Amino acid sequence: MPNSKLKQAFESKKFVVTAEAGPLKGTDITELELVAKLLKDKVDAVNVTDQQSSVMRLGSLAVSHLLVGWGIEPIYQVTCRDRNRIALQSDLLSAAVLGIQNVLSLTGDLPSSGDHPQAKPVYDLDSVSLLSVIQGLNEGKDMMGNPLVGKTDFFAGAVVNPGADTEAAYELQILKMEKKIAAGAKYFQTQAIYDPGLFEKFMKRAEQYKVPVLAGVIPLKSAGMAKFMNKNVAGVNVPQDMIDKISQAEDKTKTGLEMCSDLIKQLKPLCQGVHIMAIGWEKKVPQIIEAAGL
Amino acid sequence: MIVGERKTFEQIWDSIKDLKSVLVLGCGTCVAVCQAGGEKEVGLLAAELRMKSQLAGVTIKIGEATIERQCDREFFDAIKDKAKEYEAILSMACGAGVQYCAEVLEPMRSIPALDTRFIGVTEAQGNWAERCRACGNCVLADYGGICPMTICAKSLVNGPCGGSKNGKCEASQEKDCAWVLIYNRLKKQNRLVDLNKVLTVKDYSKQTHPGRYINEVYLKPRMEEKSAQ
Repeated sequence: MPNSKLKQAFESKKFVVTAEAGPLKGTDITELELVAKLLKDKVDAVNVTDQQSSVMRLGSLAVSHLLVGWGIEPIYQVTCRDRNRIALQSDLLSAAVLGIQNVLSLTGDLPSSGDHPQAKPVYDLDSVSLLSVIQGLNEGKDMMGNPLVGKTDFFAGAVVNPGADTEAAYELQILKMEKKIAAGAKYFQTQAIYDPGLFEKFMKRAEQYKVPVLAGVIPLKSAGMAKFMNKNVAGVNVPQDMIDKISQAEDKTKTGLEMCSDLIKQLKPLCQGVHIMAIGWEKKVPQIIEAAGL
Repeated sequence: MIVGERKTFEQIWDSIKDLKSVLVLGCGTCVAVCQAGGEKEVGLLAAELRMKSQLAGVTIKIGEATIERQCDREFFDAIKDKAKEYEAILSMACGAGVQYCAEVLEPMRSIPALDTRFIGVTEAQGNWAERCRACGNCVLADYGGICPMTICAKSLVNGPCGGSKNGKCEASQEKDCAWVLIYNRLKKQNRLVDLNKVLTVKDYSKQTHPGRYINEVYLKPRMEEKSAQ
């Protein structure tokens, strides 16, 4: 099996672009296929979210496999919320035989934030221990050291939140980043960035690790969305001037997309790539990429 | 202590309303301290039930008693005879007490009046908070005396998730982020370097149910007794 195309993209030192495809609730994949094919050849890889926000939907394993079939490089997101170590390892083996080469390890939101709040939260493993499990599978053994008949060859990534708001939370993000690297994370993607200054400060700290970082961006759709994220999403801090700009804009869609492209231009010199989380605007991602000159 | 919370009166009434007689049995230890199932609460609940049965026009004989602990067989001796006068026990103990009641007084019915919540501490008058999940593998020495298994909503042992906001948990702004607490405590102890400790993987093998712990000091004489036979 050839190397992960995402890995090759990082190795080529090009500015890497990834996007996100969130599976829907149900079995109709028409929209998904449409979005995926629009993103094909425009991005280096597409993240497939795993029961995002703890809302039950089509699985990331199946959708990642579909992307492989459509000739699109998937990043299979795996959270620790819903499966214990037996199921996680088994799903990773399944992913390998289905042609999936990139895995993104996440802790996962609590079930209480989703549409099945009575579900049992699992968290048998966490984002760090899951990475070390992936490393083990790549070396041909499960987490108990039992040999595998045929090993995986995953390119593993992880997430970091550069906008953690207190000294403790920030230092802990750095510490956890170090632990993730030690456990086998080969690249990072971040929580949504809106303040390039803050991100630059983070990158100065993160530079020493020599691990590529994709800056996360979410295009703003309205002032309300910005205020909601500021209030409710940890690590997201939309500056007031951006809120004012989108609030005063006549064509909010046009302005939101322009602001996103401008932000990417500002972030580009600071990091190795960008991860665009369009949240419903997936079809507009090619437009953002083009306007950002990528 | 084990913290219990009394079920609603409607729930309790619903579970006993078809009986002819019931003994409200308190537990004088944990649930007495957290004001859910001690002698005082037994008196209160029994009075409420008598009032309700009168209003409902039904005759239910409602008795009251409290023993030191419902999780020790010997304390039931004091109420064994009295219990025979009743059709069922309405136990105000934790789940362990309710079950021991049913076992020791078999075949009498034992009905729970509380929901057992957690192992916790008294943070303020009338305010109890969970501190221990009885995971059977105590890691408190490594985390500044703050339990990541219990205080972190996701039981994360290798650092926080990305959801900490203003030092609070993503689950609720009412809850502290365990990891921010751990960081601040270790900082005060000049032990932040401990956070770099190697990767931890949780061991759930000690959490198989039902748990049992046998002190070998007590086991030995029994074994000797057996082999002597």
